[in-house]
Amino acid sequence: MSAPAIPAARTGQPVSRARPVDRLGGLVEFWFRGHTALVYAFLYLPIFVVVLFAFNDTERRVTTWGGFSLKWFEVALNDRVVHKAVENSFWIALPNAFLAALFGTMAALGLQRVRKSVRIGYDALTYVSVIVPEIVIALATLVFFSSTLDLVNPALAALQGDPPRPFRLNFGRETVIAAHVLFNTSLVLLLVRARLSTMDRTLVEASYDLFATPWRTFRQITLPALLPAIVAGFLLAFTFSFDDYIITTFTSGPGSTTLPLFVFGQVKRGVTPETNAVATMMLAFTLSMLFLGQLVLRWQGRRRGQKGSVAGIVAESAG
Amino acid sequence: MTAAAGVQAGARELGDRGGGWRSRLLTALLVLPASIWYLFLLVLPLAIVVIFSFGVRGARGGFTPAFTLDNYANIFRAVGVDPFINSLWMAAAGTVGCLLVGLPLAYYIATRAGSRKGLFILLLVIPFWVSFLIRTYAWFLILDPQLAVAAVRDLFGNPDFNLLGTPWAVLIGLIYGYLPLMVFPLYVTLERMDRTLLEASKDLGAGRWGTFRQVTLPIALPGLVTGSILVFIPMMGEFVIPQILGYGRTFLVGNALYLDFLEFRNWPAGAAKAVVLIAVMLVTVTFYLWFINRGRRTREASVL
Repeated sequence: MSAPAIPAARTGQPVSRARPVDRLGGLVEFWFRGHTALVYAFLYLPIFVVVLFAFNDTERRVTTWGGFSLKWFEVALNDRVVHKAVENSFWIALPNAFLAALFGTMAALGLQRVRKSVRIGYDALTYVSVIVPEIVIALATLVFFSSTLDLVNPALAALQGDPPRPFRLNFGRETVIAAHVLFNTSLVLLLVRARLSTMDRTLVEASYDLFATPWRTFRQITLPALLPAIVAGFLLAFTFSFDDYIITTFTSGPGSTTLPLFVFGQVKRGVTPETNAVATMMLAFTLSMLFLGQLVLRWQGRRRGQKGSVAGIVAESAG
Repeated sequence: MTAAAGVQAGARELGDRGGGWRSRLLTALLVLPASIWYLFLLVLPLAIVVIFSFGVRGARGGFTPAFTLDNYANIFRAVGVDPFINSLWMAAAGTVGCLLVGLPLAYYIATRAGSRKGLFILLLVIPFWVSFLIRTYAWFLILDPQLAVAAVRDLFGNPDFNLLGTPWAVLIGLIYGYLPLMVFPLYVTLERMDRTLLEASKDLGAGRWGTFRQVTLPIALPGLVTGSILVFIPMMGEFVIPQILGYGRTFLVGNALYLDFLEFRNWPAGAAKAVVLIAVMLVTVTFYLWFINRGRRTREASVL
């Protein structure tokens, strides 16, 4: 069994290139390749099925193929409920992504300047917010908002002189945004800190030695170096919020149904190809966000002579 | 003037500590928004959940202050503990499933993909960017009695064969949903592996299985631990998958929490379950880390 390895080692070839001639080795290689191919099929088949049945020309079951048609996209695009859900989804995901990218980056920069004990406490909170199951965060936020509103609303009414219909604070987009920003700030914080730790400090030193002000150093050295992580964080925050079901369902109000809530409701009530059409459009949108992020990073990278990709940054941080 | 000089000197290094009052003010301003969020949307809510878990349900739902351990006692009575046992089983099975599917894949990408590694990883990331809900819905369609399952049913000639609404459907959904979280850390550790070790192992007469068990697996261990924790924890609290693919029949902690908070409005009972869930998770993860590290220490000792 060790026979083929020796010539490979002698010629200095990496093991991965060594062609195993023994039968078991051939089988193992074959199994490896087959397994990998199957997993990738397993990953993409479901997505393909969702998209395929969005074009299904049927009035009955989604999974009974009745020919190709675009009519369910037309139905979805003319559906008032879908319009409202799209509007809500965007007006939650966008402010959330801006706030999370801003707060996360600020905190990552600030944490480099604090005492170690403070930083450890902060790290603990960051990990808690990522590690505690989403549903626990969701219900804790629900209980907190609900209790706060119960305290604030009578006071608000009293301030307005107890009119019959006082202005009240309620569950809505704002509560959803606030809840999403918590999780996403941690996400951006982790990404930007990972980038900061691998950043070349000598550039900052050089900038100061050349008498640049702190602001100018930040703008010309630190920020461009962090930008890939910030862009990746922004995109992740946006997609997380855009796709989130659990936290949204616990913290939204009657008028703030988002696209995932709409899809979930359809699945519970009975699906039509319209569900698939909505899902397909959501999917196309999220993937084009990923593609756009990739383009921005590549363009930035070409200008700065550095490499970076959203997928790479995310995969790196997960490791 | 001196203050400005102080800022400059203080901020000179990125990892600056102390400095003038301006520098300290800047630091405080930088961490302020995130701190507010952590305090009001993480620490306070979790504290409130712990407090509520000792209370009783109000007449119209919600919470009435009290001090009782009934909510906890109810969890450990007959059916109360079922969702926890179900969740532990499903999360453990899902983690093992992700490992069985993910380890060969990560190994293949790290050692056999050559210059196409980036492409393989990108292809792994893309489905992960598709909404979790949509990916779960996809399996709801595939496992539909009329689609893929019909083929299997005809194959085995069992007219009652069905997957939707069974724990198996939930398991498939869990593995599909969390697979990339297992593969990334495994890939990162395997990618850094020194390949000459494999050759050395072969030259010293180890078979394939021996090399895998004694060289590859120990090297992959940190990634394996990270991956397991990354998939196990969200699986414990999963709600969407058991609700859609299990029809809510595979009753997990997530389903119980959802019912307590959004249907029955029995907050104290739900709060107690949430506290127990976190406790169970911490105990499981601690035990897992201890178990893995124990094995590693003895192995290092044997080398010495």
